[in-house]
Amino acid sequence: MDKELKAENTKPILISRPVEPLKIQTDKLNAWFGNNHVLKDVSLRIKENHVTAIIGPSGCGKSTLIRCMNRMHELVPQAKVSGAVLLDDANVYAKGVDPVSVRRKIGMVFQKPNPFPTMSVYDNVAAGLKLNGERDHARLDRAVKRSLDLAFLWEEVKHELDKSGSSLSGGQQQRLCIARALAVEPEVLLMDEPCSALDPIATAKIEELITNLKDQYTVVIVTHNMQQAARVSDYTAFLYLGQLIEYGETTNLFENPTEELTERYLTGKFG
Amino acid sequence: MGIPRFSILATTEEAAPAKRAEDKVSDTFFQKLKGFSSDDLFEFLATSIGSLVLVILIVTSVVLTRGSLAVFGKFGFGFLTGTDWNTSLGSESYGALPYILGTLVTAGIAISVGILISLGIAIFLSEMAPSFLRSPLSQVIELLAAVPSVIYGFWGLFVFRFWVRDYLETPLSTYLGWIPAFHGTATGYDILTAGLVLSIMIIPTVSSVSKETMMAVPSSQREAAYSIGATRWEVVKLGVLRYGRSGIFGAAILGLGRAVGETMAVTMVIGGTPGPYVLPTSLLKGGVTLSSLIATEFGDATGLHLSALFGLGIVLFLFALVINIFARLMVWRVFKVTGGIVE
Repeated sequence: MDKELKAENTKPILISRPVEPLKIQTDKLNAWFGNNHVLKDVSLRIKENHVTAIIGPSGCGKSTLIRCMNRMHELVPQAKVSGAVLLDDANVYAKGVDPVSVRRKIGMVFQKPNPFPTMSVYDNVAAGLKLNGERDHARLDRAVKRSLDLAFLWEEVKHELDKSGSSLSGGQQQRLCIARALAVEPEVLLMDEPCSALDPIATAKIEELITNLKDQYTVVIVTHNMQQAARVSDYTAFLYLGQLIEYGETTNLFENPTEELTERYLTGKFG
Repeated sequence: MGIPRFSILATTEEAAPAKRAEDKVSDTFFQKLKGFSSDDLFEFLATSIGSLVLVILIVTSVVLTRGSLAVFGKFGFGFLTGTDWNTSLGSESYGALPYILGTLVTAGIAISVGILISLGIAIFLSEMAPSFLRSPLSQVIELLAAVPSVIYGFWGLFVFRFWVRDYLETPLSTYLGWIPAFHGTATGYDILTAGLVLSIMIIPTVSSVSKETMMAVPSSQREAAYSIGATRWEVVKLGVLRYGRSGIFGAAILGLGRAVGETMAVTMVIGGTPGPYVLPTSLLKGGVTLSSLIATEFGDATGLHLSALFGLGIVLFLFALVINIFARLMVWRVFKVTGGIVE
């Protein structure tokens, strides 16, 4: 702790900031599908440049929670949200905030790889930038290479950038989707069970790249795989029936859970 | 060569089993007849009615070919490129070019205008419409297909024609008259009106097939577009139209097929008389299409004249056949892609 404070003191700009700045905070977040109340008063503080895992049994609202963060939840008919999600202290649900701009800052990767099948690998990655009106070829080329590099895919596809996005293997498709999300340079990357459709080798690659990403991005990953949460995340939140049961450093939460429910879930008594 | 010797041997040896086999066949046939269940009867009926479709197709092509033999025999390939249409005995001369082009031009107008409207409808229905509106609206649009073509013709003749004349053709011929395509006087009784009436008639087909295609696009594609910060229109463009493009193209071609074959409404508003003059050089000119010519002259045609109409029929038949096969292939491709993205 002392060490960190000293380090902070050498950078005067950061003095007034907390040691580890918060990137996303949810405040009394509630979400519904029709009459189904799926998130209940979830208040969660997600730290910048760390990986936060959200675990919990199926149907506990994990996916809904992260889909509320980039305002994807409201796209489902009859979905409702109340409460606040702060991105750098600004409420993304405030009046007049354009959800499109929120989603450009908070990228997302889905459970099943969903590249655009009619587009080439290159165009898949460049799609977001082109939406932003980027037409400069040199800049697009650089961004595509950088994103594919970050997604650990560049070496595998650098000679077949013209191939269709759907011609890649499942694991490669998922990394292509990660590259597509990173290309628009979001500040946060949300991952909704990104490995659930992949084999162990593809999963290992994605876990490795997630660890690599936290230098530049804040990552929130939903997973039903507790070992995965333990391997990749710095912080873990345990959700049960739409409520946040426990949240803390991953090692602490896994080794000394304070709540009985968490312990029972982690030891496989239910879920 | 040993073959004859063997074959002599073989005939006697093989004849017997062959005869036995025959017995067996008739045996089982009668046995089957005895044990004919209602299920077998149903299968037999369904199969024969199903194959009737093929029979009709084959008979149609045979009849058309046989009917048109005379005209193709006399004019050969020139029947397709000629422009004369003289039915007076002794100086008969037939050329189909003005009607082939008339058909293509009216269908072309129909599809280019119709696809825009239909895509708008399809996008609204599949992407924007609240669910309580979606199904009633789709029903209403599909109901348009049930309006008889003669009704469209009457409406075109007594109502729509004047709108086209006053609000479209008059300005076009006044200000853009120097372009050959808009040359002529605005009468509202011409190729443009026929094309526009057709464009309305193909809306149900094109919009409902494209709507189905769009709704078959998995929602993960839309989410992908949303997640990289696409606006609603960009989601449609990136996630839906691109994914479903071959199906939408197929829908357009299907509409084209309908426009090519449509007869009654076109005949009522297109306002041309057969002859070299109806070559569609301007949209503001009366025209004649393959189907409208067949419809107007079939009643009192004989001999070579009748054969010429059969000739038009075979051209029309081929157009429709090729267009429809092509369209089905395109639509079919989209539905095939749907399952196979991850694998």
